[in-house]
Amino acid sequence: MLSRIAEALFWIGRYVERADGTSRILDVHLQVLLEDSWTDEDRSCRSLLSVMGAPPPKGPVDRNRLVDLLVADLDNPSSIIGALAAARENARRARETISAEMWEAMNGAWTALPAVRSQAVSVHAVLAWVRQRAAMVSGVADATMSHDDCWRFIVLGRSLERADMTARLVATRAIAGGPSWTHLMRSCGAHQAFLRTYRGASDDVNAAEFLLLDRLFPRSVFAALEMAEECLEAIEPSAARVGVADKARRVVGRARTGLEYRGAAELLVDLPGEMERIQRACSEASNAVSRRYFPRSAATAWSSEVAS
Amino acid sequence: MADLFEGYRLGAAWDEMFSALGTPREAFEPLHEALRPLSSDELRARADSLALSFLERGVTFDYEGSEQPFPLDIVPRVVSATEWSLISRGVAQRVRALEAFLADIYGTCAVLADGVIPRGVVMSSSNFLRAVAGLEPPGGVRVHVAGIDLVRGEDGAFRVLEDNVRVPSGVSYVMENRRAVSQVFPEAFATHRIEPVSDYPRRLLQALRAAAPEGVDDPTVVVLTPGAHNSAYFEHALLARTMGVELVEGRDLVCGGNRVRMRTTGGERNVDVIYRRVDDEFLDPVQFRADSVLGCPGLLNAARAGKVAIANAVGNGVADDKLVYTYVPELIRYYLGEEPVLDNVRTYRLGAAADLAAVMDLLHELVLKPVDGSGGKGIVIGPRASQDELDALRRRINADPRGWIAQPVVQLSTAPTLIDDRLRPRHVDLRPFAVNDGKDVWVLPGGLTRVALPEGELIVNSSRGGGSKDTWVLGDADEAAPQGPGGPTSAEDAPAPRGHQPDLGPVEARIEEQQQQQQQQLAQGVRPC
Repeated sequence: MLSRIAEALFWIGRYVERADGTSRILDVHLQVLLEDSWTDEDRSCRSLLSVMGAPPPKGPVDRNRLVDLLVADLDNPSSIIGALAAARENARRARETISAEMWEAMNGAWTALPAVRSQAVSVHAVLAWVRQRAAMVSGVADATMSHDDCWRFIVLGRSLERADMTARLVATRAIAGGPSWTHLMRSCGAHQAFLRTYRGASDDVNAAEFLLLDRLFPRSVFAALEMAEECLEAIEPSAARVGVADKARRVVGRARTGLEYRGAAELLVDLPGEMERIQRACSEASNAVSRRYFPRSAATAWSSEVAS
Repeated sequence: MADLFEGYRLGAAWDEMFSALGTPREAFEPLHEALRPLSSDELRARADSLALSFLERGVTFDYEGSEQPFPLDIVPRVVSATEWSLISRGVAQRVRALEAFLADIYGTCAVLADGVIPRGVVMSSSNFLRAVAGLEPPGGVRVHVAGIDLVRGEDGAFRVLEDNVRVPSGVSYVMENRRAVSQVFPEAFATHRIEPVSDYPRRLLQALRAAAPEGVDDPTVVVLTPGAHNSAYFEHALLARTMGVELVEGRDLVCGGNRVRMRTTGGERNVDVIYRRVDDEFLDPVQFRADSVLGCPGLLNAARAGKVAIANAVGNGVADDKLVYTYVPELIRYYLGEEPVLDNVRTYRLGAAADLAAVMDLLHELVLKPVDGSGGKGIVIGPRASQDELDALRRRINADPRGWIAQPVVQLSTAPTLIDDRLRPRHVDLRPFAVNDGKDVWVLPGGLTRVALPEGELIVNSSRGGGSKDTWVLGDADEAAPQGPGGPTSAEDAPAPRGHQPDLGPVEARIEEQQQQQQQQLAQGVRPC
């Protein structure tokens, strides 16, 4: 496979998942603002932007501005529309590799978003629509592409981004007036799975455990990291006798074991710090993947010989 | 006044929103303010999206074999904190009294010996089940969940219309209504401090777990449903889902050796607590209807042996009996030594000759109800009935006076409801829900407000074309929500959590390349041929 194609696929996975994760985080945050009208809106919105890694905006931020920044800001490739546009742009470069259905799903999402936004009665409807589209892209990719390396690069991107997004979501727990564990569960669709798993003996430590450490729930940080590791292993099976040669696998594996061999109670002591470490690990792994698989020659500028 | 309220008229009934035309009551002021700037088109558009969201989420009830959406009106009903504190105390008091009454009549029958309620009234109730006499449920709780129907008369006082301590339904709509209305009507939501209703499943599960037989540390709770064609199936599924427990049908259960088990892929598993939404008579074909396929044979014996808890207990129907209802104020005084916080609606007992004679003369002015009916079934409203209907009713009452009660027509209070594109007063009732875990009776701050959509209609049941409203109980502004672990350490000086800057893909980096690709096209496009 061409490195350029692999890179496009990897970023399709990341951007689509980013749109999905941003939609979930924003949705729960708006719901919390709505339910608790005593929250300091400006402060809470700024905290959320900070968690999302967005530059602090000038002037006061209310919920409408927050929506503008995280949903509709075309200049920001991490806003929902920006992520969908970037995913589509990458898909356009890999059109011959991805299935036609997948291209249609992504192109459709990108073209329809402005209309959906203007027609929807509430921002929640828009966010729900974004999640549906993201699920559709993932579902179509899983169902219509051979599960070869092409597909694995998509899943790798998706898994790294998912670990990153869940970590950000969990970090919003530390915002003053921010969401409760139940809200966080709901926002990543984990609430019922959680209730069924713990059968009513649910408390906050269990909730943290579920979102961070659960082996079976696909959106937990642990499960996402593990999936990323599996993809890396499948893309380049290692027969090394000593350690792990692949840098990305080392980074992801270290982040995973850092969670796995520490209990939820320990992680809760410095939750925002731990979550930032996860995000940094995802970023580092992503860079390692880029260096290893998507080598790029430095742009060479040719100039004409100047006679001396 | 905005055009939404154009032509809004106040009748004889108490209006929930207005004390006088154009003057909202204090609790309704913020809502009135939020509604005023809206045009009727805008409210209509939101109401449509509300209806659509209900359809998409599958919030339906089953009526005569087809799934119907349960109409939700967009204008909430507001209950002030003071009013709610009265309702909440009154409902909890009633539940405690009914609990004591049920324990008594299935036990020592002291209430009958003391002559507080005639023996005949209890024994003649079709819902008094001798089969459960002497059956002491674990923890002594029989009414795990209660729904007490309240109406507000012309004087503004809340009164109890009927008690539901068998299988009260409707709580799922309370939760779904809140969710839907908060999303399409956010600005109104933002200006109120509303008590949340999402705590209900947790409280219910806690009460059900507390009801488990002694010695079971980690009880398995299940919800027993009659099946997908039951009118309240949506609710059964929602409760099971939000509590994280199995939703079982009768055929999933098997009894043996006085244990109840469910068939799972991992073999048979013990069941300790059954929150059943199946009526008494279908619950156990060994004891009750032999042709029932909804229950599980042997269930009652298992309960009697103390191996399984059934919630609500079998035989509770006698407390719902509308003739027993007329004695509840006395029961409250007898068992609790308290005065009733909430009164009954004035009721004639037709078993008494004097009442019967009086009622027969006033049939055209009264509401006649069968004592064991629920869901508005069999009710005849005198002033609306034709002469033929009244004659037929007279014959039926004479044949079975014990089977009927009569009440004056209560002008239920009205609340603004969106009809076509204007707000109109429509009659409403209120069903608060109470959960009893054996230590405490907790009343869900909210409840189901049902609204009769046809003009002047007084029967609010969904089976009679009724809809519902979200019910907002206003909370105390000073209370802060408790923070769990991982939350902000202190609201003031906690540093905002920081996120890593998101990684960016390669696209942006190659602007130059894009330009060159475009240039090439341009260059080819202008090449002369």
